[in-house]
Amino acid sequence: MKKFTSLSSIATPLDRANIDTDAIIPKQFLKSIKKSGFGPNLFDEWRYLDHGEPGMDNSKRPINPDFVLNNPKYSEAQILLTRRNFGCGSSREHAPWALEDFGFRAIIAPSFADIFYNNCFKNGILPVVLSSEIVDSLFEYTGNIVIDLHDQSVKTDTHSFEFDVDPERKRRLINGLDDIGLTLQYEDQIRLFETEHFKKHPWL
Amino acid sequence: MSQTLYDKLMSAHIVHDQDGASLIYIDRQLIHEVTSPQAFEGLTVAGRKVWRNKSNLAVPDHNVPTTERSSGVSSITDPISRLQVETLDKNCKTFEINEIQMNDIRQGIVHVIGPEQGATLPGMSIVCGDSHTTTHGALGALAFGIGTSEVEHVLATGCLWQNKAKNMKIEVNGQLASDVSAKDLALYVIGKIGTAGGTGFAIEFCGSTIRDMSIEGRMTLCNMSIEAGAKVGIVAVDDKTISYVKGRPFSPVGENWNSAVKYWKTLHSDADSSFDESILIDASLIKPQVTWGTSPEMVVDINGSTPDPKLEKDEVKAESIRNALKYIHLKPNTLMSSVAIDKVFIGSCTNSRIEDLRIAASIAKGKKIAHNIKLALVVPGSGLVKKQAEDEGLDKIFKDAGFEWREPGCSMCLAMNADKLEAGERCASTSNRNFEGRQGQGSFTHLVSPAIAAASAIAGHFSGIKS
Repeated sequence: MKKFTSLSSIATPLDRANIDTDAIIPKQFLKSIKKSGFGPNLFDEWRYLDHGEPGMDNSKRPINPDFVLNNPKYSEAQILLTRRNFGCGSSREHAPWALEDFGFRAIIAPSFADIFYNNCFKNGILPVVLSSEIVDSLFEYTGNIVIDLHDQSVKTDTHSFEFDVDPERKRRLINGLDDIGLTLQYEDQIRLFETEHFKKHPWL
Repeated sequence: MSQTLYDKLMSAHIVHDQDGASLIYIDRQLIHEVTSPQAFEGLTVAGRKVWRNKSNLAVPDHNVPTTERSSGVSSITDPISRLQVETLDKNCKTFEINEIQMNDIRQGIVHVIGPEQGATLPGMSIVCGDSHTTTHGALGALAFGIGTSEVEHVLATGCLWQNKAKNMKIEVNGQLASDVSAKDLALYVIGKIGTAGGTGFAIEFCGSTIRDMSIEGRMTLCNMSIEAGAKVGIVAVDDKTISYVKGRPFSPVGENWNSAVKYWKTLHSDADSSFDESILIDASLIKPQVTWGTSPEMVVDINGSTPDPKLEKDEVKAESIRNALKYIHLKPNTLMSSVAIDKVFIGSCTNSRIEDLRIAASIAKGKKIAHNIKLALVVPGSGLVKKQAEDEGLDKIFKDAGFEWREPGCSMCLAMNADKLEAGERCASTSNRNFEGRQGQGSFTHLVSPAIAAASAIAGHFSGIKS
């Protein structure tokens, strides 16, 4: 897994609440059997003026000039700033795959949907929860933002905000650890549990 | 110490605790073609094996055509969809996983076939790379949706890391009106607590209304708990649960059945267990529901109107209302019953079980769909539901009324297959999500119960049930 330690970037402000994973990556792109290449179709229905399908040459499609991701000012942004309940709906991991492929490594919002939040950590993306008031203030701010996972801080030119993160998730993200490899260190314990579990519940 | 049902289910599966996270054992993983190819590829690349083949059960559902498909996978015309289904077949063969293939009569939507086959049992921990896995909580199972990395993790280790959710009790008492179903209750709850109201919580549904509710109804309710953002939606095991499970292909028999029933009867929250949050609902107040916007929480009574953003004090909410009304081409204060529809979809993991089809058929019987309805689809949740419905003559009722009777699959719920809406089309849908573009780019989805979908098909606009 990709590591995440710290990041310095401007943020792309996506001022909408309850953005669902269908909006992040529409269903027609879920037919792929690969993990990569979803970036050009991130927010496809908002980003382009025509209907997108897999296999299209996205560089030739008409773009929606009003959509913030198309604003050249944010072309280098690695932070997405958005509103509450980001990533609700479908469990599709294609959503973080598309965000990461596009170039986002951190997302700041007042809240995230559970499955999406969890999926981010599996893909080297840091979801940062800050209060609605702080997020409001960041929407007013246009400068560089520094996110540091070690000391769990988000810094602007004038302010510093702390955020919470589960210690185990933090450890894995900072070190880029392989989840499956780590779990398999408990192989004997799993076998032991399994034996007892099936003895108690022989119908399983 | 007294425990909630969720706490009991969690503690029965904990292999190891570390820093507040628990490694839990997974009894059953359900697999479909959309969220599994990258997981199998991950196993292949790392040279890993499947931990326990028997725990997994696969079925293709999202990409399958619902029209004539007797020639098998080759009848999927979209080559990318076809490749995804072929990839599932190939992976299941390579990794020796039990798969119910497309033209097997047992095939259907993963959340319909799990309980139907007895692959979902009370007390089990169940995961699937699909958010609507919460459905299985209706049988007193610990069931939730996961991402593809976790699908791979469960395949490789038989386990998953979990942080414990908080407990929420939603107690519903009283009798639902005859035209009100579990779907209306689900939408009503989401309208009350919002699409993030359940985030971080395990919701247990209880109370007299839930006890009186059929297992199918409980599945509809638990299915929709993810639309409130909940980790799981669960219902305690009772006699209905046990008789539902009995005699199904994967269900235990003989001595195992007896010990299973003994254990299953303990699967309820202890009388004095405490919940982090409790909500009390009076079932008698609930009317049939219809969503007006682009989120399941944007919902009103069937006799209600679209909201007026000018009356909303919270600016983020007001902006959401404006965005939703703009997208869905409705003005503020529009009476929902005055809104004409183009298509009707009865199906999806929310509402495609036999009970749903019976209710819709009882309303469609002897009537015709309105002239302005371009297409009204009925898509059974599985081949076995389809057969049962045909044995009862429901297919004939639907066809006589002008509905199309299809093969099982996810169909128009998410438009990954040929069933989709065109831009600008408005649909009364028994599915679970009304997000922008969900049923086809630029299309308008309104979530309703099977009864309201059928009544609206006949009226040509959103309509309650005429007595």
